[in-house]
Amino acid sequence: MTLATITPVFNVEEIRAQFPILKELVHGKPLVYFDNAATSQKPRRVIKAESAYYATINANVHRGVHTLSTLATEAQEAARETVRAHINAKHAHEVIFTSGTTASLNLAASSLGQLLLKKGDEVLISGMEHHANIVQWQLACERYGAKLKVIPITDSGELEIRRSDDQMIRQLSDRTKILAISHVSNTLGTINPIKELIAEAKKRGIITVVDGAQAIPHLPVDVQDLGCDLYAFSGHKMYAPTGIGVLYGREELLEQMPPWQGGGEMIDQVTFEKTTYAKLPFKFEAGTPHIAGIIGLGEAVRWMRDYDLSAMAAHEHSLLEHATKELLAIDGLRIIGTAKEKVGVISFVIDPAHPEGLEGRAGAGVHHYDLGTLLDQQGIAVRTGHHCTQPLMERFGVSGTTRASFAPFNTIAEVDAMVAATKKAVKMLR
Amino acid sequence: MMDTTLEQAQQEIVDEFAMLGDWQDRYEQLIELGKELPLIAAEFKTEENLVRGCQSRVWLTAEPRGETVHFTADSDAMITKGLVALLVRVLNDRTPQEIMSTPLTFIDRIGLREHLSPNRSNGVVAMLDQMKRYALAYSTK
Repeated sequence: MTLATITPVFNVEEIRAQFPILKELVHGKPLVYFDNAATSQKPRRVIKAESAYYATINANVHRGVHTLSTLATEAQEAARETVRAHINAKHAHEVIFTSGTTASLNLAASSLGQLLLKKGDEVLISGMEHHANIVQWQLACERYGAKLKVIPITDSGELEIRRSDDQMIRQLSDRTKILAISHVSNTLGTINPIKELIAEAKKRGIITVVDGAQAIPHLPVDVQDLGCDLYAFSGHKMYAPTGIGVLYGREELLEQMPPWQGGGEMIDQVTFEKTTYAKLPFKFEAGTPHIAGIIGLGEAVRWMRDYDLSAMAAHEHSLLEHATKELLAIDGLRIIGTAKEKVGVISFVIDPAHPEGLEGRAGAGVHHYDLGTLLDQQGIAVRTGHHCTQPLMERFGVSGTTRASFAPFNTIAEVDAMVAATKKAVKMLR
Repeated sequence: MMDTTLEQAQQEIVDEFAMLGDWQDRYEQLIELGKELPLIAAEFKTEENLVRGCQSRVWLTAEPRGETVHFTADSDAMITKGLVALLVRVLNDRTPQEIMSTPLTFIDRIGLREHLSPNRSNGVVAMLDQMKRYALAYSTK
């Protein structure tokens, strides 16, 4: 066997060793961290890169003539190029740094609203969007007298679309100006067929905005292949520091879009009569950027690219399959989100075990707050509640769910620990 | 009027929990207390009586009874309900003056302080604020 034919083996222990936080104890028990969809943990390399910036080259970027400012600027722009290559954008100046997905989507809605929306126009989103991809579109619609339309969700947690129809998305109309949709659902884990949706929107000249916050940690993202106009994501869900995010935008569109926030960095010339704006990407980066975060993000991307992303995804998928099978053995447990294509996210509720003839509370349903609390006592971090997707909770008729979300550093043994802890909690509560 | 002071009622709870061993015993006790709390009648589970938490919901009613305030409360989550039961037990049928002036230390002392953290969004902190607001309202009448 030659070296070239050896497939890289995914070594979960090697990955775990790079995350210092995994050695922490919670309530005296080893931490099992299953809240990666809220924020991922950080590998040592990222923590070091961020602190090395402060310790060795901290200076403001793009303004100074002194050495540190040059070094900081170079490091920031190198990170921009790293991100560009990772998402296969055509140009580095199509990568705009923001504080996170929420800021990216606010920029998108505010600027696109001003550019495109008129009275009677429509913006189309889906029923599984995070509040961060709902509220600012509502605000934009209110401001310009446009209407917000919603693609409904099926019982399995997929978009209700018809591939056999001429018009795959029934809610598209002649007045639709913007399609804003998540690549992956944070609550359900569903992977949406966004390439097809974007293609259909493009045929009609509709601008497409993708919320990629939950996709970028798990899937290869190629913005040119997807054909989207804008793609938003956060650093902190992909092993980078908090407070840093990206809005990718197609150059031609970004050139047309008006700036979102005014201030330093984003101007060319300022007089009291008129201001001309800086070139891309700086037109959209008002004020001093989160330089340390940007450098940390660059390092996080390099860290991810040192591994085989598909091997990581396969590992997460095996965790998902194992968790799904084991959790379903619990009486009354119901998984919310059973799409065929899912990332490593599992959301569930625990219904009454015996809806007929309950005696006292034996076999009663379990509230997600109670379960989350008792899992925490056993060292297991999951998320409970509505996950910032209240319309989706209403669609499924639940007040909240318990959600476990996996990362490459998680193990089958940890899934077993969660299942055992869940059984124990259910026994205590019923 | 209660025949113990609010401070004594708190101490009783601390003593009860001191006899319990690990986290599991403490939470089982809390869950039992939740199960024992008389439910609020459905007609009182209104928007008006809802104390907003983000994760669990708490309903609270209050009425003046002579010199004192009488509370009933409920929650859709068992652990929250247990905490609610404890709060009702120490604050119920006391004078507004006592409710407003006695610092509540028992939750901290029985090792359940994390449930009062704003991060928990369980409605317990909001419920406590609401109980004190009722006390204030009745004290000025």
